[in-house]
Amino acid sequence: MTEEHGLFGAKGTGDTSGYGGLVRKRFNENSAERPYGSYFDEITDELERALPLFDEDIEKVVVDRGELTLHVRADRLYYVAQALRDTPTLRFEVCLGVNGAHYPTDTDREMHCVYPLLSMTFNRRIRLEVSVPDANPHVPSLVELWAGNNWHERETFDMFGIIFDGHPGLTRILMPDDWIGHPQRKDYPLGGIPVEYKGATVPPPNERRSYR
Amino acid sequence: MTTHDPYASSRETTEGRVYSVTGNDWDSLVTEIGATKEERVVVNMGPQHPSTHGVLRLILELEGETVTEARAGIGYLHTGIEKNAEYRTWTQGVTFVTRMDYLAPIFNETAYCLGVEKLLGVTHEIPERASVIRVLMMEFTRISSHMVALGTGALELGALTPMLFAFREREKVLDIMEMVSGLRMNMAYVRPGGVSQDIPEGGITKIRETVKLLRHNFKDNAKLLIGNSVWMKRTQGVGYLDLAGCITLGITGPILRATGLPWDLRKSEPYCGYENYEFDVITDDGCDTYGRFMIKMNELEQSLRIIEQCCDKLEKLEGAPVVIQDKKLGSPADLKVGPDGMGNSEEHIAHIMGQSMEALIHHFKLSTEGFRVPAGQVYSPVESPRGETGVHLISDGGSHPYRVHFREPSFNNLQSLAAMCEGSMIADVVAAVASIDPVMGGVDR
Repeated sequence: MTEEHGLFGAKGTGDTSGYGGLVRKRFNENSAERPYGSYFDEITDELERALPLFDEDIEKVVVDRGELTLHVRADRLYYVAQALRDTPTLRFEVCLGVNGAHYPTDTDREMHCVYPLLSMTFNRRIRLEVSVPDANPHVPSLVELWAGNNWHERETFDMFGIIFDGHPGLTRILMPDDWIGHPQRKDYPLGGIPVEYKGATVPPPNERRSYR
Repeated sequence: MTTHDPYASSRETTEGRVYSVTGNDWDSLVTEIGATKEERVVVNMGPQHPSTHGVLRLILELEGETVTEARAGIGYLHTGIEKNAEYRTWTQGVTFVTRMDYLAPIFNETAYCLGVEKLLGVTHEIPERASVIRVLMMEFTRISSHMVALGTGALELGALTPMLFAFREREKVLDIMEMVSGLRMNMAYVRPGGVSQDIPEGGITKIRETVKLLRHNFKDNAKLLIGNSVWMKRTQGVGYLDLAGCITLGITGPILRATGLPWDLRKSEPYCGYENYEFDVITDDGCDTYGRFMIKMNELEQSLRIIEQCCDKLEKLEGAPVVIQDKKLGSPADLKVGPDGMGNSEEHIAHIMGQSMEALIHHFKLSTEGFRVPAGQVYSPVESPRGETGVHLISDGGSHPYRVHFREPSFNNLQSLAAMCEGSMIADVVAAVASIDPVMGGVDR
C-alpha cells in the first residue's frame, strides 16, 4: 500500500498553494475485522451457515464507506449467489446487474466483476466481487438466477472481454458485432483526432496532459 | 411489383426473401407476400422508426398479426460516456453523465455526485440548501420526463392532443430549469459538493406560480385519458408483467410499482433528505400499460407536493450556502446568475485577480487539476422516473475516476420487452414499449 499526501497531485516542491495537509491511503482494500457493523455481521453469519465451505468461497470481506463487499472465488460465484438469493434470512432477490473493472497491475486477477445485490424484503444491499486472470477470463453466468443479468453480462463481455460461462447468448450488445477489441479495458488504444491543418492531430486524451 | 422502386425492393438471402418497406408501398408488399405460402414473417422495426422511442430496433417474428418472438437490438446511440469520464476530472464528469438519460439529466447528475461525495466521505457536509435544491430540480425533472413519456406514449397510440398538452406543460418546467441552471437540458447543474449556483432572486415566486399552473393544466390530460374507453382498450391488459417477472428481470420504477409493490428508493433508502418530505408512493395492481400510465399521472401530483415543500424550506434557508464549505472541494468560482443569464461573481474575480495570490493559485488548481478522491468503490442509487439509476464509481485515489458505470433503468427494463410482447398483437408492442419508457441515451450510454 502506498500513501499519498493532499487532495492535489503536486509532487515535491510543486505544491506552492499551501494545500496538502491531508494524508490519504490508497487501495485500502484489506479484509475487515469483526464486528463489521450495521447489518453486515448478520449477513455474513447467515451466509456462513448457508455455505458449508464459507472460508474457501469467500476470499475477503471488505467494509468500506458503509458498504459491504464480499470477494468471492470465481468458480463458486453461482453457489454463493444462489445462497444469497434463496436463504430465507438473506433474500437478495434482486441483482442490479454486473459491472466490470480492469486492473492491469493486479497480476493474475486483472479482470474484476462487481455485482450489486438488493434485498427488498430486508431493505439491504451488498456487493459481490470476483476477480479472474486476464489470460483466462471465465466467470459463471448468473442469468439462470436473475434473468435480468442477461444484458448486463453481454455488456460486460462487450466492454471487457470477460466470458460468462452458461450465458444463453453471449454476443456484443453496444458495439457493432464485428468490432475488434473491448473498449473499457485499460489497454484499449485511444484514438487521436486528425485536424485539417498541416496534418496535425489532436492527441488521444490519455496523452494530452498528466492527469495524476 | 409492377415497377421497380429503389426504396421498396426485395432480394433473396440465405435466410429467405428480404423486403425493404418505407411506408408508401404497403400494397405492393401485401401483394407479393400474399403470393408466398410462408406464414411466418420477421419484421425489423427500427432503428429509424417514429414509434420506437429513438434509435431502438425491434426484431419481431410474426404469425399473421401475432408476435411470436420479440427481441430488441440496441447500441445505435452508444457514445462511450463511461470511458470518456475516465479522462476528465471528477467535476467534469457531471457534464458527461448528464447526457446519458437525456430526459432525466438531474437524476444522472445527482446519482453521480452522491457517489463522489460518498467516496470523499463528505455526504453529511453537503449544505441543506443544496440538498433541497437538488430535490426541487429532481422533482421538476420527474415531471418533465413523465410528460414526454405520457405525451409520446399517447401519440404512438394515435392520440395527438395529449402530446400537445404534455409538451405545453414540459415547456413550463424547462423554463424553470433554465431560470435556475441556465440551461433547459443537460445542465451539469448538480456538482460534487452541492449545486453550481443558487436560485436567482424571485425564483421561488416563479416556481410557486408554475406549480399552481401545472396543477391546473394536468387536469386537461387527465380528463382526456383517464377512463377514456379507447385509451383503456389499447392499454388495459397490454404489456402484462407481474411481480415475479419484475423481480427476476431486476425491473424497478413505475413498471414494478404497477404490480402493487410500493418500492421507491425515496422512501426505502432516502437520500438528499427525502425522509423530511411528505409524499405518497403511487402503486397500481394492473401490472399493465394502463397501470404504469396511471402511476405516472398520479406521480405528477406527488412531485408538485414535494416541490411546494421545497419552496417552504428554501424560504427558510434564504442566503444559506449551496456548495460545500470545504474550500478544497467546493467550486471556488462562486457562480451567480448575471444579467446575461450566467457568470462568475464580480467580488470573486476582484479577490483572485487583485488581492490574493493564494486564492488565484487555489482557483487555478481546482479548476484545472480538480480534487483527488480517496481510493475505493461505492454504489449510489437514486429513484429516477424510470427506476433505480445506480452509479458504481471506482477511484484509485486520483483526480479522475478509475471507472464510472451507470446501472441505467432503461437498459435493464428494456429486457422485459420479450416477456411483455410475445403472444400479443403487433399493435400492442408499441403500447408496451411506450410503457417501458426507454430513453436510448440511457440504454446505450
